Amino acid sequence: MSAHAEAHAVDHHDDHGHHHKETFITKYIFSQDHKMISKQYLITGLFMGIIGIAMSILFRMQLAWPEEPFTIFEVLLGKWAEGGVMDPSVYLALVTIHGTIMVFFVLTAGLSGTFSNLLIPLQIGARDMASGFLNMISYWLFFLSSIIMVFSLFVEAGPASAGWTVYPPLSALPQAIPGSGTGMTLWLVSMAIFIASSLLGSLNYIVTVLNLRTKGMSMTRLPLTIWAFFVTAIIGVVSFPVLLSAALMLIMDRSFGTSFFLSDIYIAGEVLHNQGGSPVLFEHLFWFLGHPEVYIVILPAMGLVSEIMATNSRKPIFGYRAMVASILAIAFLSTIVWGHHMFISGMNPFLGSVFTFTTLLIAIPSAVKAFNWITTLWKGNLQLNPAMLFSIGFVSTFITGGLTGIILGDSALDINVHDTYFVVAHFHLVMGISALYGLFAGVYHWFPKMFQSRMMNKNLGFVHFWVTAVGAYGVFYPMHFIGMAGLPRRYYNNTNFPYFDDLADVNVVITIFAIITAAAQLVFLYNFIHSMFYGKKGPQNPWKSNTLEWTAPIKHIHGNWDGPIPHVYRWSYDYSKLNKDESDYVIPGQDYVPQHIPLQENEEELNH
Amino acid sequence: MQMGKIFKMSRQQSNTSEIVNDKDNNTQGWLMLAFVLFIYVLCIYSFYEWGDVLLPRSASEHGVGIDQLWLISMIIIFVVGIITQWLLHYFAFKYRGRQTQKAVFYADNDKLEFIWTIIPVIVLAGLIIYGLFTWTDIMNIDTEDDPLVVELYAYQFDWRARYGGEDNTLGEANVRLIEGVNQLGVDASDPYAQDDVIVNELHLPKGRKVIFKMRSQDVLHSAYMPHFRAQMNCVPGMITQFSFTPTVTTEEMRQAEEMKDKVQKINKIRTENNIALAAAGEEQLEMYEFDYLLLCNKICGNSHYNMQMKIIVEEEEEFNAWMKEQQTLAAVLKQ
Repeated sequence: MSAHAEAHAVDHHDDHGHHHKETFITKYIFSQDHKMISKQYLITGLFMGIIGIAMSILFRMQLAWPEEPFTIFEVLLGKWAEGGVMDPSVYLALVTIHGTIMVFFVLTAGLSGTFSNLLIPLQIGARDMASGFLNMISYWLFFLSSIIMVFSLFVEAGPASAGWTVYPPLSALPQAIPGSGTGMTLWLVSMAIFIASSLLGSLNYIVTVLNLRTKGMSMTRLPLTIWAFFVTAIIGVVSFPVLLSAALMLIMDRSFGTSFFLSDIYIAGEVLHNQGGSPVLFEHLFWFLGHPEVYIVILPAMGLVSEIMATNSRKPIFGYRAMVASILAIAFLSTIVWGHHMFISGMNPFLGSVFTFTTLLIAIPSAVKAFNWITTLWKGNLQLNPAMLFSIGFVSTFITGGLTGIILGDSALDINVHDTYFVVAHFHLVMGISALYGLFAGVYHWFPKMFQSRMMNKNLGFVHFWVTAVGAYGVFYPMHFIGMAGLPRRYYNNTNFPYFDDLADVNVVITIFAIITAAAQLVFLYNFIHSMFYGKKGPQNPWKSNTLEWTAPIKHIHGNWDGPIPHVYRWSYDYSKLNKDESDYVIPGQDYVPQHIPLQENEEELNH
Repeated sequence: MQMGKIFKMSRQQSNTSEIVNDKDNNTQGWLMLAFVLFIYVLCIYSFYEWGDVLLPRSASEHGVGIDQLWLISMIIIFVVGIITQWLLHYFAFKYRGRQTQKAVFYADNDKLEFIWTIIPVIVLAGLIIYGLFTWTDIMNIDTEDDPLVVELYAYQFDWRARYGGEDNTLGEANVRLIEGVNQLGVDASDPYAQDDVIVNELHLPKGRKVIFKMRSQDVLHSAYMPHFRAQMNCVPGMITQFSFTPTVTTEEMRQAEEMKDKVQKINKIRTENNIALAAAGEEQLEMYEFDYLLLCNKICGNSHYNMQMKIIVEEEEEFNAWMKEQQTLAAVLKQ
C-alpha cells in the first residue's frame, strides 16, 4: 500500500511543475481542484442555508402570531399571503422546503461536501481527489439540483408541501394538496440529481482515502476527520440508492399509473384505480436512507469537532481507537434502526420491538463519544477560539438532543409523542443544531486554509457563538414542553384547539429566540464575507495543529504541495507529548509534533 | 499606493491577533461556566412556568404504564444530562488556556473506556427490557373479555367513528362502495353491517376495553388521542389497530384539580383575548370546557391543522343510552 502511494507521489511530483494556464472559468467555475470545489460547496450550501433559515423564521412568525398580517409575508410570499396573512398551503410548503434544504442541501452537501473535499486530500497527503473530474461533476450536479429546488418555489401551484418525508399518497396526488403537482415533480427531479451528486462524491472520497494516503499514513494514523468522512461516504453509498429507488417508484406512481404506494383511494369524489400498493413500503424505503442520513449529517460534524477539540485542548483526543470504533458502530447500527420512525405506522408491532432494541443500542457508542470528548477537555490547556467554542457547543447540544432520543427510540414512549413538537425539538438539537455547530466550527477553523491564511474576526466569532448558543437552547428547550403537552407538528395554527391556548405564549418565546438566533447568523455572514477579502493574514499554521494540511503552502496550488508530498511518521494527536525524561515537550518549547516529523531520539514510541 | 499596501500586508506574515490570547481564554472560560448555569436556569424556569401545560394523568389503563416508564426515563436522562453538561462546561472553564499552563498528554485508559461503555449498556438494557414489556402489553391486542369494536375512519379533513352495533361486529367496507349517504363505503349487503352505527363524536364507556380499527379514505392520517396515550396511523389500503381501556370519564377529568387549573388558565387567556377582539369589533371566543380530543397527527393536506373529533368517555349506562338513540346503518340507508 505505502509503496504504491509513494510511487504515486513520485509520479505526480514529476509533472506538477508545469502549471496549466488557468482561465477564470477553469479556476473558479469548472474547477477540478478539490480546494476550489470545497469552496463552491460551502458557498452554495451557505446560500441554501440562508433560504432555509429565512423560511423557518416565516413559519415561526405564523406560529407565534397566527393569522396576523405581516408586510414581509406579502413581500416574500406574494399571492400566498394576500393582505400579509399567510395561507395554510404555503405554511406547509415552507416547512417542507425548510426541512429538505436544511437536511440535504446545507447539512449533507454544505457540511460533508465542503470538508470532505477540503480535508481528505490535504490531511491524507494526496495531490487531489482520486478523480478530479468526477468531483467536479459531483459539485455541478449538486448545483443543478439546488437550482431546481429553488426554482420549484416559483411554480404556480407552489412547491412540494407534503413534508420533507414526502409520504405518499399525499405527495402522489395533486388532488390531495396543490404542492403535489409540478412542485413535487421538481422536488423529485432535484432529489434524484442530488443523489447522483452525492454518490459520485462519496465514491470519490472512499477511493481517495483508501488509495491515496501518503507514505506512513496508516489507517490508524488518520485524523478522526478523515475517519468520519470515510465512513460517512460509505453510509451514503449504502443508503442513498434506496432513496433513489423510492423516488423513482413515486415518480412512476405519479406519472405512469403504477401502484407501488397507492391502494384503495377515494379522493375528490372518485375512486382511483390503484390497488395493492402500500404507503408503508415507501416509509421503509424512505427511512432506510432517512435514518442513516442523520448520521451522514452528524458524523462529519463529529469528526471536525474531534479534530478541533484535540488541537485546541493541546491534548490528544481521548481514546482514539474507541472513537474510531464508535464511528464504525454508529455507522453499522445506523442502517438497522430506520423502523423507529415507523412504530405507529401500522407495521407489525414485533418489528417495533426489534427496532427499539437496535435504536437504544446506538446510545452506547454515542455515549462513549460524548465521554471521550469531555475527557479530552480534562486537564487540557484550552484555547477557546471560536471553532473550539462551537465544538464544545456541539457536545452540549448533542448530549441534550441525544438523551431525548432514548425516549423517542423506545416504542412504548414514542406512541404519545410521535410527530409532536417533542420530536421536532429532539432532532433539531441532536442533528440540526449540532451539525450546524460542526459546520461553523469547521469554517472558523479551516477558514485560513481556504482563503490564503486570512482569518475570521474572533470577536465577531464570540458574539456569533454566544448568541447562537443561548438562542438555540431558547428555541428548542421550551419546544419539548409543547410537545409533551400533545401539540402535533405541521399545524398551520393551533387556534382551533382551545385546549392548546396556554401554549400560545411558549410559541411566542420560541419565535423570539428564533429571530434573535437567525439575526446572529448575519454576524457570521458579515464576518465570513468580510474576512474573505479583508481578514488579517495569520501564520501558516495558526492553531499549531499537527495535521498535514497546515504544511501545505498558503498559496493554493493545484497539487497541494510545492515539493514532494510529506511523509508521515506518527498519528495526528501528539499534542503536549513529553520526552522520555519528562523534562520538556518532545520538541523543546513546542507543545505539538506535526505528523510529518520523524520520531525523535528522546521520544517514547506509542501505539501510533 | 494599492501595490504598496499589498506588499506591506504580505510582509507582516504572522498576524496572530485573531488567535485567542490568555485574556480571551479567561473571558470565554467564565462564559462557559455562566452558560451551564444558564442551561440549568432555563430548565428550572421552563418547569416552573410551563410545567402545567403538560398532559394530565393518563385516562387509559395502559397509559399509566407509559407514564411510569416515561418518568423513569426522564429521571435517568436528567441525571445524566445535568452531570455531563456540568463536566463539559466546568472543564471548559477550569482548564481555560494560560501561557503558564501545560496540558497533560493523556491518550487513553482502557479501564475508563470500559466503565463508560458498560454503564450505558446496563442502564439501556434495563430500559430496553422495561420498554419492550410495556410495548408488547400495549400492542398485543387480544379479543378476550368482549372488547368494544370501533372503526375510526379518516378522510380529508374529518373523522367518523363506526360501531359494530348489537353484534359488536363491523360490516365489510371498501372505498369502492362509497356512494351517496354511504360515506364510509360499507357493504350494505353484509349482514354484520346492518346494525353498524356511524357517528361524528366518539363515545366510549369507562372501564371497557376498546379495539380501534383504523381506515383512511385518501391519504395517511394519524389518530392521535394524547390523553389516552394512544396513536396509530390510518393507512389507505390497510386496516391498522390500537386498543385501550378508558379509565376516567370526561366528567371526572373535568373535576380533576389539575384540569380545573388548566381550564381556568385557558379561560383567563380567552377572556383577555376577548377584550382585544371586542375592541376590534370582532366575534367573541367562547369559554372553554374540557373535552378529550382525537387529532390528526400526520400531515394530510391544507386543513390538517383542524382535523379533529370530540371524544366523550362516560359510564356504561350513559353510553348504552346514547347508543340507543343512534340510527343504524340500515335505517340510514333506507331513508
